Amino acid sequence: MSVKREVNPATAYSFGKRRSSSAWMDRLFTGTVWGVGIIVILFIVGLLFLLLQKGLPMLSWDFLYGVPSEIEEGGGIGPALFNSFYVLILSLLISIPIGLAAGIYLAEFAPNNKLIEVVRICVEGLSSVPSIIFGLFGIALFVEYFEIGLTILGAAVSLAFLNLPVLTRVTEEAVRAVPTELRNGSFALGATHLQTIRQVVLPVALNGIMTGICLTAGRAFGESAVIILTAGVSTSGEMWDFNLLSPGGTLAVHLWYIQSEAIVPDAEQIAQKSTAVLIFVVLLINILFRVPLWFNSRKNQM
Amino acid sequence: MMEMNPPANSPAPNELGSSLGKAPEKRRRFDRKARLRWSNRMFRILCIGSAAFVCLVLFCILVLMLRTGVLTFADVSLKEFFFSTNWDPENEHYGALTFILGTFALTGLTMLMAIPLSVIIAVFLAEMTPKWLRRLLRPVLDLLVGIPSVVYGYLGLTVLIPWLRDLSGRDLADGLLAASIVLTIMVLPTISRISDDAISAVPNKYRDAAYALGTNRFQTITRVVLPAARGGIMYAVILGMTRAIGETMAVVMVIGNTAQLPTSLFTPTAVLTSNIVMQISSVEFDSIWNHGLYMMGFILLAISILMIVAVRMLQKRGGRHL
Repeated sequence: MSVKREVNPATAYSFGKRRSSSAWMDRLFTGTVWGVGIIVILFIVGLLFLLLQKGLPMLSWDFLYGVPSEIEEGGGIGPALFNSFYVLILSLLISIPIGLAAGIYLAEFAPNNKLIEVVRICVEGLSSVPSIIFGLFGIALFVEYFEIGLTILGAAVSLAFLNLPVLTRVTEEAVRAVPTELRNGSFALGATHLQTIRQVVLPVALNGIMTGICLTAGRAFGESAVIILTAGVSTSGEMWDFNLLSPGGTLAVHLWYIQSEAIVPDAEQIAQKSTAVLIFVVLLINILFRVPLWFNSRKNQM
Repeated sequence: MMEMNPPANSPAPNELGSSLGKAPEKRRRFDRKARLRWSNRMFRILCIGSAAFVCLVLFCILVLMLRTGVLTFADVSLKEFFFSTNWDPENEHYGALTFILGTFALTGLTMLMAIPLSVIIAVFLAEMTPKWLRRLLRPVLDLLVGIPSVVYGYLGLTVLIPWLRDLSGRDLADGLLAASIVLTIMVLPTISRISDDAISAVPNKYRDAAYALGTNRFQTITRVVLPAARGGIMYAVILGMTRAIGETMAVVMVIGNTAQLPTSLFTPTAVLTSNIVMQISSVEFDSIWNHGLYMMGFILLAISILMIVAVRMLQKRGGRHL
């Protein structure tokens, strides 16, 4: 990056017209950036705030707990909300151990050769593949091959596959960022590789790993394309239905369904309230997981 | 850990932990050392197994998409699939050009709006805001990245489309413009946060040198800082593009889902993702229709993997430069 070439020193000495015009440009630029920055951010935050404001005051326990109805007014989102968490937890249970272990392997054990390089590119490539691809995979695997239809199990596994590459990558990066001195210190004390990873490397890398888990959890909670394809748009209609093989429409899917296909008269209110719940839960997940980390990192910096 | 001098009796330099386990002659079967050695080895096997599993899943997805997709061409000619705009599966017409063009048009339009705005926001965050505002705004943008896409779709459907209807004076405002505005709102936080990191990572000495030469802030930012952060900004843009290409639900809700070539910004149309999700649940698995949908999925997969490879190469080149 040749800085010298791009900044012509002669301009600094040219007093008069040129200087005033560049000062004017500078002011204009500053104004534009401030204006656009503030307006765009306020616009987006304002829109989301609008949604929250429309939906939140109408929320009631009946709505959060209630069973959705197909025809009459007053249906709730209980099973959909429950399914959201159920699918989320199941998929995290599958993807976190595997993703973490794979990430640790890539960062700690893997030899430096072409094969591992290809694996890395694959993992990185698949972590940004459209989620609908995983939905198609889920259909082929669960609906066609195992013939269990649209189920919570299928959704959870497909979602876990969607999260796997992301978790692997985040873990690898976090583990790789741990300074080698710490590892060497631990080895010098006679610790085995496992002890070193468990008691030295992972605690140091925890910050990065937690941020990654939090991001994937938020993404999985709001994911709808995969769920529509693998778990359908309906729920079993009962609260606390732990059966892995029942249909598992989640809240995000329910919002789409209510908005585009449902025939209940109060669809609009249900959609408003569901949106508010969705945003609220995602914000809550982020805040719960991240605020401790912010404090942590601030403490470390000082 | 390679710099360490392994003890003379250690078998391999990269298995540091195993240096403890040189077995003395008389050793009970499960004493501490044996247990340590065992758990160490099990952990390693577990990690290798997990990595292999991840690779297996990824490999299966690639193979499955390709294999199911290619079956399309047993019944439909390549020419029809890629160069015909007539998608009418009930009457055996399988031309996917509409969706492919739709995806490119939508992504292009989105990027046209999102890139300038995001770069301005990134400059705003990295160079201009006072510290307290930056501390406030960065987490807000991070939170915006995590908002579910279906919420953005709902936003477009209930807020944006009525506005557009009033502005354009049409009865229907679903179409490319509505979809690309929604996508812009969606990818904007992503692109601007990563660009912001890239701009913040430009060493201060560049700025100091530029100021010392008498430039003002506008000149410093446009001639020094942005060129220096070019690699990172490109990376952010490509990530944003993959997100825009693959986004499904937000697009489905505002694009109108009609298989026709868009003649204007307000014509209802369809893209690859929206078409897949709207039709997949109503078709037989072993039909040409379904194979066609899988082929579309494979096109999406191929586009996004190509883009990531492009990012990789860009990063490698950028890394050598800086």
